[in-house]
Amino acid sequence: MSSRLRHADVEVGTELPERTFPVRRLDLVRYAGASGDFNPIHWNERFAKSVGLPDVIAHGMFTMAEAARVLTDWTGDPGCVVDYSVRFSAPVVVPDDDEGAEITVGGKVKAKNDDGTVAVLLTARSGGAKVLVQAKALVRLA
Amino acid sequence: MAINPDYLGREYPAPEVYEVTRGKIREFAEAVNDPNPVYVDRAAAKAAGHPDVIAPPTFPVILGMAGSAQAIADPALGVDFSRVVHGDQSFHYTRPLHAGDVLSAVTRITGIKSLGGNELLTLETVATADDGEHVVTTSMMLVVRGE
Repeated sequence: MSSRLRHADVEVGTELPERTFPVRRLDLVRYAGASGDFNPIHWNERFAKSVGLPDVIAHGMFTMAEAARVLTDWTGDPGCVVDYSVRFSAPVVVPDDDEGAEITVGGKVKAKNDDGTVAVLLTARSGGAKVLVQAKALVRLA
Repeated sequence: MAINPDYLGREYPAPEVYEVTRGKIREFAEAVNDPNPVYVDRAAAKAAGHPDVIAPPTFPVILGMAGSAQAIADPALGVDFSRVVHGDQSFHYTRPLHAGDVLSAVTRITGIKSLGGNELLTLETVATADDGEHVVTTSMMLVVRGE
């Protein structure tokens, strides 16, 4: 496998292009089906509120997948991801309207290693809150 | 309700192998709105050096979810699923998953602890190819929110 992005073209501090991704109720229904995560907090407002949540919230893994797009579109080949980990720090609240919510993702190169890998720290925000923290990836570049 | 600490280290082998198919990869990529051609176009995947279309980085959560569901289904573990939210998630890859992979998965409970009125359950799933090669290890921490 080979990334389009080359190890030699990256420096510590290089920023990944920031992107904003929409999240609507339909996205959550589709993600539930594709992933097998049918927890009702992700599609049933009545249930979500009954367990103390403000509204339906996105699957954390949907947010993690959107954040990965910033990484894999930057490298060119998703196959170069060696490690990827996140902590979910706040829910992405998805209202029942046509706009839904937005997740804004950015990233920065934190380390460049001699073995051809690069460490990236990602950030993700929604509705003014940091929804991911310690979002870290290690990618192997050509 | 407390999580039973005796379950630390318990293993849950998947009851059957998981076959990675082009159709499931396409469905997952479409569900995360990711148009990268290596997920759906064999020629693009081969040009990038892969034997077939590959799966998005978070795809193996399907195996992790299945393993955690096996664990949580045991009432003696003591997890109230209605109070579960996702705390953290990690993937460590030897190589990407590709269509045609036949994976065996084993999920193990690697952490049980209490923190600030919540209970934290960590489950690690190791997926291995049919030739015995390690493919990916994924770990999820679930937060069972206190009443």
